[in-house]
This record gives sequence, structure tokens and C-alpha cells, in this order.
Amino acid sequence: MTARILAVDDSPTIRGLVADVLRKAGFEVFLASDGVEGVGTLTDANPDLIITDINMPKMDGFGLIETVRATGSYSSIPILVLTTESSAELKTRARNAGATGWIVKPFDDERLIAVIDRVLGR
Amino acid sequence: MPDMDEFLEMFFVECDELLDSLATGLRAMEAPDHEKETVHSVFRAVHSMKGAAAAFGLSDLVTFAHRFETVLDLLRSDKLTADEEVMTVLHRSSDLLTDLVTAARQSSAADPVRLEELLGDLDRLIGDEGDDAEDDALAMEFTPLTLDFSPLAGEPAITTYKIVMMPDPEMYRTGNDPAALIHALSQLGDATVTLNATNVPKLSVWSQDDTRLSWEIKLATTAPVTDIHQIFEFVVDCCQLDIHELSDVVAQPAPADSLAEPELPAPGEPVSDLAPSDVEATSKAATPVEAGASKAGQTTGQAATIRVSLDRVDKLMNMIGELVIKEAMLYQVIETAGFTEDPDVVTALEGIRQLAGDIQESVMSIRAQPLKLVFQRMHRILREAADATGKKVRLDTLGENTEVDKTMIERLIDPLTHMIRNSIDHGLEDAVTRQRRGKPQEGTITLSAAHRSGRVQIEVSDDGGGIDRERVRRIAEERGLIPQGATLSSNEIDSLLFLPGFSSKDEVSALSGRGVGLDVVRREIMALGGRVMIQSKEGEGTTFSIALPLTLAVLEGMLIQLRDQTMVLPITAVQETLRPTSATLHGIGKNGRVLSNRGELIPIIDLACSFGLRDAPAPLDDGVLIVVETDSHKRAALHVDGIFDQRQVVIKSLEENYGRVPGVSAATILGDGKIALIIDPEEIVLSSLSEQGRSAMAFAANG
Amino acid sequence: MLETMSHNSAGKKDVVAFKLAEQDFCIDISLVREIRGWAPATVLPHAPSYVKGVINLRGSVVTVVDLSARLGFGPSQPSQRHVVIIAFHEGRIVGLLADLVSDIVTINDENIQAVPDIASDPSREFITGMITFDDGRILRKIDLAQLLPAPQLVSA
Repeated sequence: MTARILAVDDSPTIRGLVADVLRKAGFEVFLASDGVEGVGTLTDANPDLIITDINMPKMDGFGLIETVRATGSYSSIPILVLTTESSAELKTRARNAGATGWIVKPFDDERLIAVIDRVLGR
Repeated sequence: MPDMDEFLEMFFVECDELLDSLATGLRAMEAPDHEKETVHSVFRAVHSMKGAAAAFGLSDLVTFAHRFETVLDLLRSDKLTADEEVMTVLHRSSDLLTDLVTAARQSSAADPVRLEELLGDLDRLIGDEGDDAEDDALAMEFTPLTLDFSPLAGEPAITTYKIVMMPDPEMYRTGNDPAALIHALSQLGDATVTLNATNVPKLSVWSQDDTRLSWEIKLATTAPVTDIHQIFEFVVDCCQLDIHELSDVVAQPAPADSLAEPELPAPGEPVSDLAPSDVEATSKAATPVEAGASKAGQTTGQAATIRVSLDRVDKLMNMIGELVIKEAMLYQVIETAGFTEDPDVVTALEGIRQLAGDIQESVMSIRAQPLKLVFQRMHRILREAADATGKKVRLDTLGENTEVDKTMIERLIDPLTHMIRNSIDHGLEDAVTRQRRGKPQEGTITLSAAHRSGRVQIEVSDDGGGIDRERVRRIAEERGLIPQGATLSSNEIDSLLFLPGFSSKDEVSALSGRGVGLDVVRREIMALGGRVMIQSKEGEGTTFSIALPLTLAVLEGMLIQLRDQTMVLPITAVQETLRPTSATLHGIGKNGRVLSNRGELIPIIDLACSFGLRDAPAPLDDGVLIVVETDSHKRAALHVDGIFDQRQVVIKSLEENYGRVPGVSAATILGDGKIALIIDPEEIVLSSLSEQGRSAMAFAANG
Repeated sequence: MLETMSHNSAGKKDVVAFKLAEQDFCIDISLVREIRGWAPATVLPHAPSYVKGVINLRGSVVTVVDLSARLGFGPSQPSQRHVVIIAFHEGRIVGLLADLVSDIVTINDENIQAVPDIASDPSREFITGMITFDDGRILRKIDLAQLLPAPQLVSA
């Protein structure tokens, strides 16, 4: 079965790049441009995994992660943070919010897919 | 990458927008009282450009954006003040960033001297503040992210590792699945997995977040140990992990301590590598759970939940709806055949009915979700509305863990959004008035939810000025919704707010906007099988209460006859039914008729007329009167041709495929497969306050 | 991608042809879900005169539009011989009441002609094209979007 991935990023370019890589790897991709939209897309997308940026208007990545974790039926979806920063502080905050893992931008296509496959147990 | 050009083009378009908002934001920052959000948005613009530029290896752009962003970060965290000098550098940086983008677009380079110069300026602003962090971050950013393929020359040797993993609760919470990790390990080579459930406590104290399960994996692989560590990269901080190399286990004579590594751990014996302090005393007695502890393949058996697509649950839900209808059909057939006297038939039928109800309840509980998701959204709605009106408002939420049906969650968003906007726009006074009334400048909106006697009660209350009843009356009179000088109780006046046509386009502010009134809120709630009530106290505030059924889509209704049509009246509104007698009926003028019931005069409404099924009211010596009370405590007697049953009906949306019908809240399907409309008594009664009301209803139908 | 799936071959498509007041009409078969016999509908109060009411289609509430009334031939007096064409349009299901369904025909795009300018007959705005056949028959192609009552959305 095709795994469904929701990618949330306020940059259309990054969204486009991520979507392209994921689609080529055979995933079904859903996109949102900020946390609020991401949360709103959950019911439609019913994703198996979420990839999110941190710095976004309206609701940032931390907010998105916390909201998803607090929402019964989605609370155990793996969430990967895609970010330009790789500081320990950011990782701690992401972890506390409930992030599954992180990938640092600019990302390497193969590594992105490898990490996703691993997290999904594929 | 073949279509990289396409994305590069997309990137430049995005840059144009970001540069634009950067410039706008910087200008706004010149104002002494600019909002913090302005700095945030400026930061985000530069940050986004950096992130995307990095994907294309535009190193000049990335380096400069990074330095620029560091300065903005200092501003954002108040470590730097946006004085004139700083602002000058920021504006110049913004310009250079524009040039850098243009250069990248033309595959040329920007003025290197200017670049160096501004980088220096930015560095000076950064000073000691962000120095270390910055270098650190930069260094990290350009770390190549390729996998470690370091193979040795020649035939790779097979090494066997023993890996013991015991997840902390944190690992489950963060969505890291042990089964996925084990799967990843097994792809590196030949893995033997053993589940150890020894530490699992008694079921009474067990929690799915803290399973206390651990796994031991023996992995024979040619992959370097770094690959194994890579698999655990996200979980090193949230599980107890032990990886070590086993020297040739088979060849070595069994040492005494090898007994500690049996394929199946001895009952009650914790895996040796795990901290014994974590083992609760109760775990010793937990042997029954251990039956599941065995070979690989059973490791995924620990899942306490499954994820099912919503479609499937919805399908099930629909089928249950059908079941309820079929059950009603069956009853009708049996009744027609005259078997309803047979106790066996009655018992069997009752059993089916009970079962259908139980199944329905079970599915409902699967679909239940906390209101938190809606409530959280309301914070943003509130902020936006507060900004738009310039009022200071705080949102308090209570009971956000109250669960309701998932469909309701989605369909509550619009009505609640509207109610919150309404409360801010019309409920709360402006700061000056509040001060005069001795209230805190900041208004408070409270959003609460609770389960109350089989229903879910949601309340939106404000601490504003309360409903200005004189004004409401005036507006209703002007719009022809009530006759001039009509005698109305406070409750009746309040409920005028729910009349279609009360809020009109010209009166609506930018916020509540779009000519959408509270009548829409009420209709939405009605469509969910719920009711809305208002309570208001002058000077103290207004509370809107929404009462929703726990089980969506089912309603207890009275089946009535109107000419050749069957309709359903929600039982919640019905007070009593009576046969009209001449002693209790009185005419007022030509068409007005009232019922005198225990000293109270109640207006009579001919339902068939309200629905346009009859031109003139039918004579009252036929038919039945049903006294209904609306949510606003207004009573009326509905004249109908007959009542023939009372039963549970399944609510079906009419709006999905048609639109709204005045005086009708939804539809249902009867035992004979025909559709019957469900009456909205509130709207019928309110709109019959006057002839104008009826035309308002007709208007709403076509509008 | 979706668009390419709805036609099996370029320039050809299947339509459902039906009769109404002795004239032949058709709609695109991709819009049709099923065709069923007429059964009395539940009247909708305050509805436009061409809306016959609502029927139960396996648990869904479906509006039935009286095509004859809609196209200006006057309201039909439906009997059991009348048919309801269940069509799906822009997320809504609608039933179209017609006299009878005559055929399912494959038409070529090149056979579709524009509607000649004929005064201001009420049917004019609902007919998007005329399909001519060698035997002289003419099919009038109906535009569902024009035909249906505007969706009355509750949440604006």
C-alpha cells in the first residue's frame, strides 16, 4: 500500500522539492503551508507520516507537532522535522514537542527517503 | 535532477515575494511601536530564503542570508535594539539580498566588495552575542549528509551484534515504532529477535505508553556498526540501548555467564543490561503476559491500537443507519401482519433494536475525538478578531478533552468561529466603555465544554455588556421581523438574533462580515441534532450554549401527518398534545387563533400553511394540536392533521444535495423507504410571530 | 490525469438519450449514476416549481428536478412509466425526471453543432449543443450546471 505523507513548509520551493522527491519514491503526498493548514489537512490526508518545517507563520512546527500529538487518532503518527538548524536546543525542543526525528536542510534525496523508510518500518 | 530548473524558477518567484515582504517588514520596523510579529515575519522571510537557497547550493546567498538572519534573531530575542544604525544595515542588507537573488537568477555574481563589506557590518552587530552559536550552526549546515558507506576492501566480514533495546515511554510518545527499528535492523543482515516481557507489570498498573517491553536482537551483518547506530539516531535519548559485538559465540566454550543470554529469558528475570531499578516489585508476578514473549514476528503483536481509515468507519456508520431504518421497516411489516401481540416476536424485535443501539454506540465511541482540536483553532480566530477590532481579548478554555463525534468536530468549527467573532465584535465593549464600567480593559471569552446528562454542552460566554434589547427590538421592527410595539419577553427578544434576516449586509462589520447571521449558526447546530440558547445579563455579558446529542444522526421524533405528507417533529420540543375543543379555542381578528390552556393563551400555527401545503388554515375541529416550546421558551400550538407514531429517526442532510428549506432542519427515511422532513419548531414559531416573518422565511428560501 | 480518463478515445463519447415532450435530449454518460423508475417524491416546501421533491436513494436524500417544467414544457404528471436519471454533478447527486430513456449513443465531437439562435425560448440556456444523425434525428445536449438550482450553501 502506498504510504501517505503530509509535508508542511511555508516555502513553496521546499514544498515542491520535497513533494517531488517523495512522489518519485512512490509516496502519496499531501501539502500544507503552515501548521494551521497542516492540522486542517489531517483528516483529508490521514497521513502515515508528517514532515514539517519549524519556522512558519500562524502555527509553527512545534505547535503542529504538539497539536498532532494531542489529537487522539493521530497521536502516534511519526513526525520528522525538516530544518536548516541543527542545534541541540532545537532538537530538544522538537523532541519535547513530540518529534520523531529530524532531517537537516538542505537534504539529500536518498537520505530523506532512507530515513522515512526506516521510520515507517518499510 | 531533470526538473531542477522548474524548482529553481519556483524559488525565484518565492524570493520575489519574500523580498517584498522583507522590505515591507523593515519599513514597518521603523515605527517605534511596531509589533513583535513584524520582526518575526522579517526573520521568517530571510530564513525561508536561506533554506530554499541551500537546496540549490547558492552559497553566496546562503552565507549572507545566514548572517542577516542571525542579526534578525538577536532583534527578535531582544538582544539587539533596532536603532537607526541597525536599521540602516538591515535596509542595505535587504537590498544586497535582492541583488544576490538577481545575480543567482542570471547565473552571475553580485559585487564581492559590497558583500564583504556588509558581512562585516552584520558581524559587528552580532558582536559577541551569537558568535559561537553561529559558527556552530554554519559548520553543521554544510556537513555533508551522505551515508557512511566505508566498506573495507575485499570480502566484508560478518560480525554478530547483540542489541538490547528497551523503549522509554518517550519513544512511543514521539512516534518511534520499535517494530520499524527492528525492521530496519533486519535489513542490515540476519536478525534474530526476542521479545522480553518479563518487566511488564500487572494489567491493572500497565499503561500503553509505558509497556516495559524490551527486545533483544542478534544481528549478523557485514554493515559497519555506524549503520546500526544510524538506525537508532532518533531514539538514543529515549530508550535504553545496548549494542555490543559478540565474538564468535558458537566457537567459544560457554562461559558461566552465558546462561544470562538465553533465547527465551527465564520468567521474572530482567534482561541483564537493563537497569534493575526500573523494575517494579509487581513485575515479578507478571508471568501471564509473558506467554507472548517468543520469536521474531511476534514483536508487532504488542500494538494496543490500530489505525483504520475514516472511510471504513463512515461506511460502517452508514450501514448502521440503514440497519436502524431496516429495523423500523421490519417492525412495520410485522405490525401490518398483526404479529405484534406475539410475545416471542416482540422479544426478538426488542433484541434487535437493543443490539442496533449498542452497535451504534460502539461505533460512535470509535469516532469520538476531543474538542481540543477545535478549541485550539479558536485561539487563532480570537487573535485575528481581536486584531481586526482593536479590542484586547483573552480566551479561556475549559473541558477541551470532552469528546464528541469526529464529524461534529469538523462541523463545529464554522459555528464556533462565528460565535467567537460575534462575541468579540458585538458582545465585548470597547476599552473606554469597559474602563468606565469598572471592568478590566482586557475582555474575556470563555469557551467551555462538558458532558451533561447524555448531551454535550458547549458554551461561548463573554464578559461584555450583554444584549442591548432595545436595539435588537428596533432592528427587528425596522426589518419587519416583528410588528411595531409587539409585546415580547427578554428571552423572545434575545431569540430574535437567530431569525434569518436579522443581520443584514449593510449593518455587518468587516469582522462578522459576509452577511452571515446567527441564524446560520443555529441551523448548523440544528443540523447536528443540537440546540442553541442565549442567556444575557445587562452589563455582565452574554452566554451562548450549544447542546449537542452524543450520538450524531439520531433523533427521537413524533411522526405527524400534514395533508399527504409525513413529517417529523423533534420530541424535545413537544410539551403536550391535545384535541381541540371549542371551549379552549378563541379567534383574534380574521385569521388569528389562540388556544387557552390552563389559563395561558397560546398562538395556534397551522403547519400545513407554514409549509405552503395549504392556502388557508384548516378548520380546527379536525386534527390535533401539539404544544411546543422553543429553546427561547416561547410556546405555540401546532395544528396538524394527525399524529401516528413516535420513534427514533436517522438524520439525513438535506443541504448536501439540495439546500436549506425554511422551517426544516433535515430529512429522514421512514420505514417504508420514503423521505420525511424533520421540522425545526424554533424557526416555525419565531417566523410566525408575524406575517412578515413568513415572508422573511420565504425570502430566506430563495435568497 | 482525470480528464484523460473520462473519455476512452479522442473525439468520441457516450451519452444517455431520453425523451421529453416528444423531443430527444441527452446528457454525458459520465455524469449518470443510474436510471430508475419514478416513485413519488417527498414535497419540499417553498421549493421552485420545477423541483419535484426528494427521494431516497439507498440512504441518500436526492432532489428530483422535473426536466419538463425546467425546460418550459410545463410540469409533468409523472406515472410509473416515467424515469429518474440519477446524475452526479459537482459533488451533488440529482435526479432528473424524464419521460423515458431511449438509448445510449456514441457521438463524435464533429457531429456536435452550436445551437442556432432561436428567440428566447426557456430551453435555450440549458442546451449546449445539437447532435445530428444521418437518419435526420437530432439530440439536444443538456448542460447540467445550468439546470440545477444554485447550491444554497449554509456556511457561506
